Amino acid sequence: MPTIDLDVTSLRDLNQMLHDLGDGANDTDFHVVNPRGKHAIAAGVDAPITIEVDGNVGYYCGGMNKRANIIVNGSAGVGLAENMMSGRIHVKGDASSSAGATGCGGLLVIDGNASGRCGISARGIDIVVKGGVGHMSAFMAQAGSLIVLGDAGDALGDSIYEARLFVRGSVKSLGSDCIEKSLSDLHKQTLRKLLDEAGVGGEVDVSEFKRYGSARKLYHFHMDNLEAY
Amino acid sequence: MCGIVGLFLKNKSLEPQLGQMLAGMLGTMCERGPDSAGFAVYGSGESGHVKLTLRSASAKTNFAALAGMVEDAIGAPVLVETHATHAVFTVPAELETAAREALAAEDKTVKVVSAGNRMEIYKEVGRPDKVAQRFDLAHMKGSHGIGHTRMATESAVTVDGAHPFSTGRDQCLVHNGSLSNHNALRRKLVRKGMSFETENDTEVAAHYLTWRMEEGETLGQALESSIEDLDGFYTFVVGTESGFGVLRDPIACKHAVLAETDDYVAFGTEYRALAVLPGIEKAKVWEAEPATVYFWERH
Repeated sequence: MPTIDLDVTSLRDLNQMLHDLGDGANDTDFHVVNPRGKHAIAAGVDAPITIEVDGNVGYYCGGMNKRANIIVNGSAGVGLAENMMSGRIHVKGDASSSAGATGCGGLLVIDGNASGRCGISARGIDIVVKGGVGHMSAFMAQAGSLIVLGDAGDALGDSIYEARLFVRGSVKSLGSDCIEKSLSDLHKQTLRKLLDEAGVGGEVDVSEFKRYGSARKLYHFHMDNLEAY
Repeated sequence: MCGIVGLFLKNKSLEPQLGQMLAGMLGTMCERGPDSAGFAVYGSGESGHVKLTLRSASAKTNFAALAGMVEDAIGAPVLVETHATHAVFTVPAELETAAREALAAEDKTVKVVSAGNRMEIYKEVGRPDKVAQRFDLAHMKGSHGIGHTRMATESAVTVDGAHPFSTGRDQCLVHNGSLSNHNALRRKLVRKGMSFETENDTEVAAHYLTWRMEEGETLGQALESSIEDLDGFYTFVVGTESGFGVLRDPIACKHAVLAETDDYVAFGTEYRALAVLPGIEKAKVWEAEPATVYFWERH
């Protein structure tokens, strides 16, 4: 398993090497050490490989990820897994703001807390946060799921479209056009499947979650809703 | 953009290394603010004396000769420490006004940028790592310090527009963001008798905090008040003689990472700025919550 030391190898060289990997590459496991908060580590990868990073990463880690499995043994800065397309990103620590922003697919797992705007404008990504999420999470989220085992901050799901939000703890406040919805058996099955994929075992009872989603009042402009825009 | 770094030492044995640690942190934030840089260091202080940090518009100013003239005018010794275009004059506290008057009379190109028992402020236009080298930050000692790298948005790239801003004794402020109600607030503060040197939004915030504290609030309370009265995007880091505080606005889009160990509390706009510190691997690292005042004080 190749080890890349970012004290020795430049970030650009690391990312170029990862970008150059094709489907049939011999090496499929990479170990990155000494990230020291550098930005854009393993961004833009499109290969079925595993990248494990030891330490804290900076902004945009794993951005635009396709197919790769990225594990961060530390915390992540702003824009983690931004615009992820597929694959899996697992951060063992906390994540800063805008984690999973605009993500189209794949699974993002955050063991700690995520900051504000988690899953903002999500378009199909599934996000599982084992701690809490900050304010304005899932703002204008269009598709996918945000599952929060802890609490959610202010204005959850503001101006949300069709993303599904599941929160086990408290929600400080709901944003415009976001409402609580019933949790059907079908939702529980979906939730169970995603939690299993995220490595959350049977100790978490899916019936403890509440589901939130769009009231669908703000889809089209209406004069009566002017205050809400 | 803009970058902020701050370091507050809990372990006194690290005080000789404060400058070196702060310089390392400041260097990592060059990309966030290549226009100008500045820093405040809380070093040694002699009771009954005040430190005046002077800045000259000319690199050729003979500060030793200037100090001699001030000594003659006030009739008391003046201790001088020169750092490139800046110098720290230590004068007896009761003669501060006389010393300021003598300085103003002797040399119009020299400005008093800060006053305090322990605080010294240095700032210059240019790349932050070069600015730190020029002033030899790496060899400065102290209990806490704050640094700033500026990418100008609200006013011109000048030394006057560089941070930190000081408006009160031993008080300084650095800011990442932009205030939208600074003109209205400046007018209000001018009516209360405060005078402004620049068109800069951060100077307004610094004066605002000074005003609140003059009204009897603690730094922590003054920061709480600013959540109500300041409009815009901001992360502030403030220093007082004994304390160090952090505040983000309620929207919190200007980044702020904190780290704490048994030895220090550190602030960085990005984690990269903290990654150079000793023991950071074991530190408690977290992101500052929106509209929440963080404050540490030496006892």
